[in-house]
Amino acid sequence: MTKSKVSRVLLVFVALALVAAACGGDSEPVDAEGFTFGMILVGPQNDHGWSQAHYEAGQYVAELTGATMLVQDKVNPADLPEKTVDQVAADLIAEGAQLVFATSDDMRDGVLLAAEQNPDIPMIWSSGDSAWEDGKAFAELDNLGNVMGKMEFGKMIAGCAAGLTTQTGSIGYVGPLVNDETQRLVNSAFLGARYCWEEYRGETSPLEFTVTWIGFWFNIPGFTLDPTQVANEFLDSGADVLISGIDTTEALVEAGKRASEGEAVWAVPYDFEGACAEAPDICLGTPYFNWGPAYLEIVNSVVNDDFKAEWQWNGPDWDNITDNTKTAVGWLSGDGLSSGASSDLDDFISGLADGDINLFTGPLSYQDGSVYLEDGEEATEFQIWYTEQLLEGITGESAGE
Amino acid sequence: MNFADLWKRSRIGIIAVALALVVGILLLLVAGANPFEALGVIIDGSLGSSIRIGDTLMVWAPLVLAAAGLLITFAAGLWNIGVEGQITFGAIAASLVAREVSGPTWLIVTLALLAGLFGGAFWALLAGLLRTYGKVNEIFGGLGLHFVATALAVYLVLGPWKRAGVASTSGTEPFPRESWLPTVGSTRLSWLAIVVAVASVFGVFYLLRGTRFGLRLKAVGKNMRSAFLLGIPTGPYMLAAFALGGGLAGLAGAIQATGFHHKLVPSISGGYGFLGILVAMLAGYAARWIAPIAFVFAMLAVGSTLLPLKLGLDSSVGGVLQGVLVLFTVLAQGWQSRRRNRADEAALGPPEPPVIPGEVG
Repeated sequence: MTKSKVSRVLLVFVALALVAAACGGDSEPVDAEGFTFGMILVGPQNDHGWSQAHYEAGQYVAELTGATMLVQDKVNPADLPEKTVDQVAADLIAEGAQLVFATSDDMRDGVLLAAEQNPDIPMIWSSGDSAWEDGKAFAELDNLGNVMGKMEFGKMIAGCAAGLTTQTGSIGYVGPLVNDETQRLVNSAFLGARYCWEEYRGETSPLEFTVTWIGFWFNIPGFTLDPTQVANEFLDSGADVLISGIDTTEALVEAGKRASEGEAVWAVPYDFEGACAEAPDICLGTPYFNWGPAYLEIVNSVVNDDFKAEWQWNGPDWDNITDNTKTAVGWLSGDGLSSGASSDLDDFISGLADGDINLFTGPLSYQDGSVYLEDGEEATEFQIWYTEQLLEGITGESAGE
Repeated sequence: MNFADLWKRSRIGIIAVALALVVGILLLLVAGANPFEALGVIIDGSLGSSIRIGDTLMVWAPLVLAAAGLLITFAAGLWNIGVEGQITFGAIAASLVAREVSGPTWLIVTLALLAGLFGGAFWALLAGLLRTYGKVNEIFGGLGLHFVATALAVYLVLGPWKRAGVASTSGTEPFPRESWLPTVGSTRLSWLAIVVAVASVFGVFYLLRGTRFGLRLKAVGKNMRSAFLLGIPTGPYMLAAFALGGGLAGLAGAIQATGFHHKLVPSISGGYGFLGILVAMLAGYAARWIAPIAFVFAMLAVGSTLLPLKLGLDSSVGGVLQGVLVLFTVLAQGWQSRRRNRADEAALGPPEPPVIPGEVG
């Protein structure tokens, strides 16, 4: 081998190594033995929903990196009246947390205060927009970032599954509280349901799509509507598919009870990959958040001392939306989905994946008749994130201003 | 008072706490925790630093206010179960000031606390009027008004006071910083909250011990008919007791809103009204025991929030421990009044229903 050949081979090796390093990037787990991060959950860590998804993402990060996770669950004024979010953050930091995840929309005020009080501790407010410079609520805090998944895709798929399945043409959405995020997700489910009802089933009669808001992310007796009751009222009034938008699984559980009494009803739970487990036979599938990869990247960045307070809105990994090492949002079909519906749903998902189907395209109007998107106009991220109202065709209340 | 006397008066409380401790230790063992380690975590979590002491005192202050207010109504023989609603309505009134009034902190805070005081008094007076003029038992009236106050808070938070573009029971927009109770150093402790709570204990102690009003109030509580026959206007006295007790509860609400949450949340009362009833019962309805007993409850509440972090225990363990303490207190009280009834029966024949707490000191 001549000298130039050797150097050429070496060059190739160096190039390959660089490519490998670039591909690996931040998502390769660092060794974070001795590193501690804190996780503040709004509900119980085993709620089969929102909070459990965060909890398991934390476990995933801890397993891969060797870091230690400190968890404080049920942090909300009703369950934990003696502590506010900033106090809990202070507790976690006092116990050694070098990074704090505040994982609920409800924690906005507390985490902003905590970030201000602890400028040296990086923090993440999941689902928030405080670090989005072009957003409506930008807060100049160098240590507070946001992570959110593009659940509008998950909800469009959920809506489609419901639209493909309903026999009564009536879908009930058990909604949490009203804000930008929840209106965005109800609209997404509605768009998915209507598209699949009309395009795949060829139905011409309008689809009934109703949302009832309980008032919070989960049931707090005395302060919210009881989601169990809301689910049953939907089923009593002719809805045969329930879509859950709350942190817990009442919609699925109640539909499961009705189904075991012989009724033809189904449900789509939310948030957590394993959410179907409570009534698998009538579960059409679950759109879920997979916070693990983003949280891993954040832990890596803090350990490597290059944390940036960014706003992340991460999409599904369209190559495989159930690849939990990559995707931020997933969909797992359930046993309740018929095989015919299943193949239509696959078609719908691949349409979303390659961009052939973009349901956030005008003409679309809000409930009050005002224009959301002009004919042919495709919604920007800003327009999707800050959906001001429910769309025309949905029955239920919008927040308004 | 000699030791035997003290034991006689407080033995029920001591037995209740001892039993609760034993059951609590057993529960912790079942949960797989070392009880002494858990106790250490609770003490460290509530007293381990100036910040934590501040956190504990900020739970203590509303609890003391609620309990002190309850002593007044208990003295008048009234079961003011509606104290939660009075806290909530006081918080709503204070929130109105904190949201609407602009000016220097001393002005807003003074007005907010006054609004809490009058708001709580007003809400309690409604229960009092129902009792004195409508013949509605104050337990039912108070509970009903509690639900109304909560519904009002939910309505305000979801309706007129909602955040722009949001309808969530998670609360209003935080108040402007000028209307937050001023704090000590880097802690969350508001000296004003402590001053108000301490003053309430001394005030209630003096009121019931050293004034003609207090004496007559206790006469109403002991035996309303006799008091009436002796020329005490029982109706106005009961209303006054409601107003004073409710006023202190309303102050607790104002502190919760302006000194703790810094916004209105529907669960603003924090359950301190119901807990205050238990503090008053455990204290044997004596003002001098309220502060220390409330402090133990506050320590338990704040310190046990660290049990999941430090020992990996379920976050509900703290609540279970508190529940055990409450359960044994109530059982001990029931046992005591049963014994007293038996003794009375033996001495005087059938007991006079109902048994109403009257030994206020």
